[in-house]
Amino acid sequence: MRLPEQVTRLGIVIAIIVAAVLLLRFVILPDSLFSARPHQAAAVEREMAKPLRHAGVAACRECHEEQFELKYGGKHRNIGCENCHGPSARHAADENAEKPRLPREREFCLACHGFDASRPNGFPQVDPQQHKPRKKCVACHDAHDPVPPKTPQECGGCHGRIERTKALSTHALLACSSCHTVDERHMTEPRLARPTKPDSRETCGGCHAAGSTDPAASKAVVDLASHGGTYVCWECHYAHLPEGRK
Amino acid sequence: MNKREFLKDAILFFPAAATLQALAPTAEGKAESAKTPPDYDATRHWYGMGIDVDKCIGCNRCVEACKAENDVPDEPFFFRTWIERYQIRQNGETTVECISTRAAPPEQAEPEDPTVVRTFFVPKLCNQCAHPPCVQVCPVGATFQTQDGVVLVDAERCIGCRYCIQACPYGARYLNPKTRTADKCTFCYHRITEGLLPACVEVCPTEARIFGDLKGRADRLVRFHRVNPISVLKPDLNTEPKVLYARLDGEVR
Repeated sequence: MRLPEQVTRLGIVIAIIVAAVLLLRFVILPDSLFSARPHQAAAVEREMAKPLRHAGVAACRECHEEQFELKYGGKHRNIGCENCHGPSARHAADENAEKPRLPREREFCLACHGFDASRPNGFPQVDPQQHKPRKKCVACHDAHDPVPPKTPQECGGCHGRIERTKALSTHALLACSSCHTVDERHMTEPRLARPTKPDSRETCGGCHAAGSTDPAASKAVVDLASHGGTYVCWECHYAHLPEGRK
Repeated sequence: MNKREFLKDAILFFPAAATLQALAPTAEGKAESAKTPPDYDATRHWYGMGIDVDKCIGCNRCVEACKAENDVPDEPFFFRTWIERYQIRQNGETTVECISTRAAPPEQAEPEDPTVVRTFFVPKLCNQCAHPPCVQVCPVGATFQTQDGVVLVDAERCIGCRYCIQACPYGARYLNPKTRTADKCTFCYHRITEGLLPACVEVCPTEARIFGDLKGRADRLVRFHRVNPISVLKPDLNTEPKVLYARLDGEVR
């Protein structure tokens, strides 16, 4: 059977059109035009291909397990290695390519531990002028396990500001223990066992109550029954500097 | 148009349309799989960051790490993330200072100002808004939100008109002087898609920054969201930021 000429011609036209569409679709037009978000997909791809600079703690741990364990047992457990040692992805890929930095100067530690009033309460801070000036931090503290080699035994080791204030006050000769009871554990775990504060007026009253025979306190004698109502003395008077502002 | 022409057009139209229809989805699927790693599915994530203001010590390590990771220019006025110091005084006056612009920490401790009632640090970065004003204003569509919620800039499309820099209510964008295009925090997109943490979170010494996935059921950030009193910056703008601040002071803007 021979096809009518019209059908053959139509077939050829259809074939040409299909070929043209396929050519347009697969050769001429770029692939990205058919993605749901054409240019965005390419931008995302570029963004994902950017090189890493920080390797991450897990990569450091693969080789430096010992240092990781030491750090994990100490106060710096939550600090990533690259916080101090700097971006080390190149070192992680090839240990000879680059040595991570090893900061040993005072200023580096002080960036976190220098006193700054805006830092949260309880964060360990030192006044760089008062705390072993000119001595390197790493001379006494191991940065991977930074508890000082010897726990301070005097109160002033940690509470230097209070000690210096008190030394200039009329209470200079009183020991800390005359008002505070300090648990042994406070020396090693300061927040778990806090020192007591006087909870009654009798503590101050021992020297400052009317009829006191203590010559040093004779200038500041009050009648406990009429002075201050129900308040404990330190709620109004700052005992470390009693002559200061009230 | 007569009957013959109409029939001819109709006969030609249907096979062509059907061919295109059949080809389109397969072609798109092929393009997608070639572009992204097969194990990363952006639609299953919705990234966010939690910031515990009480933990920030203002050490600036996050700023340094961000600059190293993302090639941010060294000059102290280009930041993808930065830290602000808030000081609230007795008379209600609030001063804000960007401490990241300092070259080095001060030599000695600054004397305490007795008029300051409270003071703290607030880390800032792009809030990766769910409804980003910067995306709306871009005249060339160069900035966009990915399926995992991160707002990115296509540096090849950006024409550097700075409109997005004006539109950002958080001041999180800058014009990169090298590329002359807008630049901003990407949550370290090249890191998070590989399962790593953003550089600033990686180095934060006090865990003041938490990175996570708000679509993850047992995610750290979801827990952070649940157990802390959360606020966001400028909630009245309805940008729906995905940077969540815990215990944020009311004075922070």
